[in-house]
Amino acid sequence: MSRIEQLSRREFLQRTGKAGGGLVLALTLTSACQPGREDAADASVVAPNVYVNVRDDGVVEIYCHRSEMGQGIRTCLPQIIADEMEANWDRIKLIQALGDEKYGDQNTDGSTSIRQQFDLLRTAGASAREMLIAAAAATWGVPAADCVAREHAIHHAASGKSAGFGDLVSAAADMDVPEDVSFKSPDEYRYIGKSMDIIDGFAMTTGQANYGIDTVLPDMLYASIERCPAVGGTVKSLDDTATKSIAGVTAVLQLPDATSPPLFNPLGGVAVLAENTWAAQQGREALDIEWDYGANAEYDSASYREKLMQTSRDAGRSVLNRGDVEVAFGDAATIHEAEYFAPHLSQAPMEPPAAAARMTDDGGCEVWACTQDPQSAQQTVAGVLGIDKSKVKVNVTLLGGAFGRKSKPDFIAEAAWLAKEAGHPVKVTWTREDDIRHGYLHSVSAQCIKAGLDADGNTTAWRHCTAFPSIGSTFDATATGPSAGELGLGFVDNPYAIPNMRLEAGDATAHLRIGWLRSVCNVYHAFANCSFVDELAYLAGADPKDYLLRLLGPPRHVDPTAEGAEYGNYGQGLDTHPIDTGRIAAVVEEVADMAGWGRELPPGHGLGIAVHRSFLTTVGTVAEVSVSDAGKLVVHELWTAIDAGTVINPDRVKAQMEGAGIFGMSLALHGEITAKGGAVVEGNYDSYPVVRMNEAPAAINVHIMDVDAPPGGVGEPGVPPVAPAIVNAYFAATGNRVRELPLRNAGLA
Amino acid sequence: MAFDLTINGQSISLDVDPQMPLLWALRDVVGLTGTKFGCGKALCGACNVNVDGQVVRSCMFPVSAAAGKNVTTIESLSEQGDHPVQVAWRKLNVPQCGYCQSGQIISAAALLERNPNPSDADIDNAMSGNICRCGTYTRIRAAIHRAAEDRS
Ligand code: FES
Ligand code: FES
Repeated sequence: MSRIEQLSRREFLQRTGKAGGGLVLALTLTSACQPGREDAADASVVAPNVYVNVRDDGVVEIYCHRSEMGQGIRTCLPQIIADEMEANWDRIKLIQALGDEKYGDQNTDGSTSIRQQFDLLRTAGASAREMLIAAAAATWGVPAADCVAREHAIHHAASGKSAGFGDLVSAAADMDVPEDVSFKSPDEYRYIGKSMDIIDGFAMTTGQANYGIDTVLPDMLYASIERCPAVGGTVKSLDDTATKSIAGVTAVLQLPDATSPPLFNPLGGVAVLAENTWAAQQGREALDIEWDYGANAEYDSASYREKLMQTSRDAGRSVLNRGDVEVAFGDAATIHEAEYFAPHLSQAPMEPPAAAARMTDDGGCEVWACTQDPQSAQQTVAGVLGIDKSKVKVNVTLLGGAFGRKSKPDFIAEAAWLAKEAGHPVKVTWTREDDIRHGYLHSVSAQCIKAGLDADGNTTAWRHCTAFPSIGSTFDATATGPSAGELGLGFVDNPYAIPNMRLEAGDATAHLRIGWLRSVCNVYHAFANCSFVDELAYLAGADPKDYLLRLLGPPRHVDPTAEGAEYGNYGQGLDTHPIDTGRIAAVVEEVADMAGWGRELPPGHGLGIAVHRSFLTTVGTVAEVSVSDAGKLVVHELWTAIDAGTVINPDRVKAQMEGAGIFGMSLALHGEITAKGGAVVEGNYDSYPVVRMNEAPAAINVHIMDVDAPPGGVGEPGVPPVAPAIVNAYFAATGNRVRELPLRNAGLA
Repeated sequence: MAFDLTINGQSISLDVDPQMPLLWALRDVVGLTGTKFGCGKALCGACNVNVDGQVVRSCMFPVSAAAGKNVTTIESLSEQGDHPVQVAWRKLNVPQCGYCQSGQIISAAALLERNPNPSDADIDNAMSGNICRCGTYTRIRAAIHRAAEDRS
């Protein structure tokens, strides 16, 4: 998972205060928000922190150091800072930050931006506020404690004096960075918890929003790259005669071979550079390349699947052990066993990977890219060019979706390498086929679960083995099995109150590049767990919702580490973010209520329920489905309840749950990447379909639980419960159980 | 070979490969990047533009076929960005990443031209060629209904 970094308030002040003592004085007025514009920071200056400038015209500039990919961070981040600062929403200006370690962790994955940085961002706002208060107090000769910040100004009630933020800038420049700041109490919030409109709404509805693929640089060439169909393959022979005769083609360049392990490096291949994208693509089609497919030439996903299923049946390495499952199986009245399979998936964001790069006069490189992690882009580009990462400037554009794909900067390194070799700025645009065939795929997985029930239908024993090739294989060629980090994603954090439990992991070798996809291993672990619980409910003759609550047991905090498991809790403490079965059960009750669980349904309809905690947030989903006359599964409606603790922007949380509903449906119904002879078979939205409007449910109803707790993640946790809710609903409607995804393979989509 | 066409009200002469898809002519030659590339195979609708009143997928529409025609892209759907569809999109905060929304808006505006008061089924029919990987479909439906109300 992502590198975890959480600053204490003191560390925050130490780090950000180092630059000096005053507010950043931005002396230049600039036009509309441009990604990467950081000239204000070059002005004179220094900071209470790196996230806020107060200009003497009163405009508050806020740096968004995280990437916007649809989750709404460019709206939510300034909500937090502006709120603590008492800045008025119409007087703030958002600036997209460059990649720079001064911002701390910028890796926008793991649903971390709010859950890990809420305090950091509040501190940024509060320390700016306190400096302005100190400046006003000093100017007026009154105690700071008697001054308050309200509505973009500082007020002193006793004297009736007020001064706007802008008027205090020069006085504030002499103030020290406040050592200790306090946060507002929730009843004082102006923006936190409010559904502010998205900041980029106008740009996004008028064609003015800039994504990585939209970058245009003077003198720029357009590149399209043919890569070996198998990961790690190399060029055996190349004939580019036909390519060079195509009008507009300016160069053909062979990239360095892929590395082993793949890391975030380019995959190698042959690039065609041209005056426009079309000529580059035409030139690429005309290449005559013979490949040596290399070590993964034999990869066949169908036979691999059989091996993986067998691994999940065999005893694996034990990662959590409670009681004695074997004894409990021996005592059980009923034994039930099931196997689940889920294939590789591609993130397939609407904007394929794309980046532009140019070499700078000082031997550095400047890139513009739709990246989730500009610092890892800096690092990777520096490595490929053999320069220091301080010489790599990364401008972060908007991301046209990402879902984990764009946390890997291989495509950015391609652009940088080509710009250097070509002696021209270069933009690399992946085709959809490139994206689906040459990405970092979500891992294929096989799971086997066995349970023992007593005569009353109580589950007394649970043995679960999971097997999948690890994301670790992308970074370590010898990695052969699930890592502790991956097993912490919906596996060892099993919340069920079952007296005997053994969780095991089975090893598997990767033959494609494996990477993160929205909610990662939680996708398949929740699919198996939540499906199997549903199976047990029917076996016990119980209502699935009631049985789920029975398995969750009494309200308590579950600690997998107490039972021998390695568990990181998404990088945050179990004290602040417990696995709280009471809160999980409340989500189940709520979503069941919303869906009218137990109501009389139209003939042929079924309801299915699933609940899953991931990224420190619990989401429960109910699906209502039926089967059409044509034999296809119809998802009529989805209900979702989410407990994400404190919520910044309820409408963005709802939007994420709606989007997760569709994303989850896509992987439940359609999503599957297969491989033959080392090469990915699927290539575009015809062979790798995603849900369209005509399959979208009539409604996706979302309820946000009102819980006074620190924030959990939001971007990812909506996805895992969707597929099992649908599969459980399908069982309720038809009595047929499907244990592998996608449902398309069962003829249902 | 040069082709004369009108793009967003301006006459323009494009000297490019006749087979070049209108999408790349717009983006790389004319410099209008509001129209997006999503699949290149007429599968996703991200590249939708309006040609003489018809929605076309510009990624599979050769520039030669646009000769003598009027092309409208998202940049000029309205002068101030206040077409009822754009306004409704903002009222309901439809966009997530926003990338598919140029194409969605072009399709929705054309739907309302021919059917001022579409049902959900009409919307599903008209909009199923536009993929939104972020999953904004239910909001798009609601926003089209809202735009229909605002127009009437
Ligand atoms: S890019 Fe034209 S339909 Fe997808
Ligand atoms: S809003 Fe992201 S693809 Fe539609």
